Amino acid sequence: MVMFWVSLLAISILLYVLLDGVDLGVGLLFGLSNGEARRSTMLSAVAPIWDGNETWLVVTAVILWGAFPLVYATLLSAFYLPLIVMLAGLILRGVAFEFRYKTQRQRWIWDWSFAGGSLIATFVQGMTVGALVEGLQFTNGEYSGGAVGWLTPFAILCGIGLCLGYALLGACWLIRKCEGEVRDVARRQISVLAIGVLAFVVVVFAYALAENLPILHRWIDRPYLFVFPAIGAIAATVLALSILNHNDYLPFHMVALVFMSAFGTLALSFWPYMIPSVITVDQAAAPQSSLVFMFWGCGVIVFPLMLIYTLVSYSVFRGKVRAGGGYGH
Amino acid sequence: MDITALLLSRIQFAFTITFHIIFPSFTIGLAAWLTVLEALGLATGRPVYRVIFEFWLKIFGVAFGLGVVSGIVMAFQFGTNWSVLSKVAGPIQGPLLMYETFTAFMLEASFFGVLIFGRSRVPPWFYLFSTAMVALGTTFSAFWIMVNNSWMQVPSGYVMENGSFVPNDWTKIIFNSVVWSRFPHMLLASYLTGAFCVAATGAWYVLRKEYHAESRIMLRMGLGLAAVLMPIQLFFGHLNGSYVNTYQPSKMAAIEGRWNDEKPGSEVLFAWPDVKNRRNLFAITLPPPFGSLIDSDSLTAGETGLNSIPPENWPPVVIPFFAFRIMVGCGLLMLGLAWLGSYLSYRHRLAYNRPLLWLTFLSFPLPFVAIITGWFTAEVGRQPWVVYGVLRTADAVTPFLTTREATISLVIFCLVYAFIFLFGTFYIYRLIRIGPVRKQFEVPHLMVPNRPMSLADEEPIEVPSHIIAGE
Repeated sequence: MVMFWVSLLAISILLYVLLDGVDLGVGLLFGLSNGEARRSTMLSAVAPIWDGNETWLVVTAVILWGAFPLVYATLLSAFYLPLIVMLAGLILRGVAFEFRYKTQRQRWIWDWSFAGGSLIATFVQGMTVGALVEGLQFTNGEYSGGAVGWLTPFAILCGIGLCLGYALLGACWLIRKCEGEVRDVARRQISVLAIGVLAFVVVVFAYALAENLPILHRWIDRPYLFVFPAIGAIAATVLALSILNHNDYLPFHMVALVFMSAFGTLALSFWPYMIPSVITVDQAAAPQSSLVFMFWGCGVIVFPLMLIYTLVSYSVFRGKVRAGGGYGH
Repeated sequence: MDITALLLSRIQFAFTITFHIIFPSFTIGLAAWLTVLEALGLATGRPVYRVIFEFWLKIFGVAFGLGVVSGIVMAFQFGTNWSVLSKVAGPIQGPLLMYETFTAFMLEASFFGVLIFGRSRVPPWFYLFSTAMVALGTTFSAFWIMVNNSWMQVPSGYVMENGSFVPNDWTKIIFNSVVWSRFPHMLLASYLTGAFCVAATGAWYVLRKEYHAESRIMLRMGLGLAAVLMPIQLFFGHLNGSYVNTYQPSKMAAIEGRWNDEKPGSEVLFAWPDVKNRRNLFAITLPPPFGSLIDSDSLTAGETGLNSIPPENWPPVVIPFFAFRIMVGCGLLMLGLAWLGSYLSYRHRLAYNRPLLWLTFLSFPLPFVAIITGWFTAEVGRQPWVVYGVLRTADAVTPFLTTREATISLVIFCLVYAFIFLFGTFYIYRLIRIGPVRKQFEVPHLMVPNRPMSLADEEPIEVPSHIIAGE
């Protein structure tokens, strides 16, 4: 039962990263773009799906709360300020989708709030994961790192890394969904972003080696973990080739694969801890009566339904966005 | 009172949840209304329903967006500020909110996209289905929230193990009389909110002599629905009073401004509760047995007063006392308006009765005020407990949260919410002022281009190249 909820949690986090990573990434690139035609095309590529994407964050939060209340309570309170700031960012970018088309004179406000909110939210997410990898300060199972215990150079590095990563994901989505100038610009950005992400991975490894992070020992103990980086490396190679060949569809799948391998690496190197070296999966799990109650309703019946809604909404809005047109065919 | 992280966290929760509830209470009713309109449009083929649908859809979009973004905050705030509550009550509250997210949010979010962007991409029946799914999602969401809150009001179906609430009877937690009097009360409140907003908009257009057909449909349907639902709402309100009287004597005594035990009880209509000296100033009181009649449906029942409850278990008396009276006052005003308006509308005289049209137009804040004060009564009245009778609010807050952190977060929320609320209400106001757009809906349900986001702009606007397209 615990394993079932760990798996569902992992799937939800992964879906969140891949799906909302796309529209957060488009938000980041939106800040770099100019011209109403380009901007509105970029926005259209994510407008019908962003709300569903972001819902996976809420799904992740409530799975944590329902199935692993100890981790929910510990993590959210430890990352107090960054999470509040992330929420503010998500609010500002979320309303922009609606508000931007309600005005012309004030449109610049919502363009800024879309790009800025996306940047803040992405950075905080990366930073949080970085701080978790590096390890937070705990005393007797309670967080004792203070208001800014998560603020380290490594965490900031991870924040920047995730910005590059999401932007890469967003750029691949744009070449998949768009045509013309937007696609051409995204294609040029991909090369830069991909090199940036690669540089980030190298720096993270170097830092982990230099600082002798505990997570590194887990890798030496478990050599099979290197399967994931290997998959990532292959995907990165295919990505490079597909960009050179001007393929519109392959790059997105390859970047998604890179993200999955990074996620798999991280998740397995945490195991069996949820908060490294402090709280394990079994310690955090809710009582059996809670897990069973959620299993039948949420797990067996509704979770597949949620995946179906997601597929339905993606298939309704499949295909290329056409600039200048209505919802035409 | 000292400024502590506890106090700031309470203010922050109260502020963010009060801000949030405005939007769901509006959109739950509006989603149901949109479903009815779309169904009527399909059934009758009259373009007027389609015109009204498109008009309210634009307003729904803005309000729904504000509800979504302010709702995400709630999913995190239990953990950030109330880590002890979320740890010890997590085994019960976590699964309930998980059911909410799983059954409601993904349904709403996916089909909301179809509703706003997908009219031309799906067949008419699927569009109606999507509208109904959004409405169903909002209703599910309300249901689980009411189950969760009702458990905090009257905890049941659990045992304590190692300081944690461990559920042992989920049917008791979900299917109990408290949930089934409070959930309909909230759902009806949302429908009434929708009804009064629609009626007020209709009244405004009648006063302005614009949108003749649309305004009359809005006015008649809004007031008619309210006239039917208002008495039912008062009945469920009374049932809510019964549960409070049975399970939460301290809240009941505060609401009634009752200091001494009485048998049978009298009923304070209005007063200024003087908490320090434990008495009411300027009281207007109905003699016994009216208090017992109202609170216990009995001529002889004894009613508990605050003096027989230890003061450390009192809620802040003044807030539930006045919030309750404001809620009831709004309810009675709405009942009067709905009945009078529907009667005149039935006699075809409403459109010429300018004073009543003005009153209807100005009535739109009433349901919002009633909902907010109703929640104040329920939540402040539950204090000093977060889980009534078991866990104190003061013991539920994140222990290592500092005053400085709590201040920073409260300031951030106030700024961001004020910012988006001002613009959001301004955009809704402007959409309503501009009114429905009649063009191009004369060809019902064909593949007409549909750009709900941009039709509303009063300023000349370039054809937005936003929007998707497909093969």
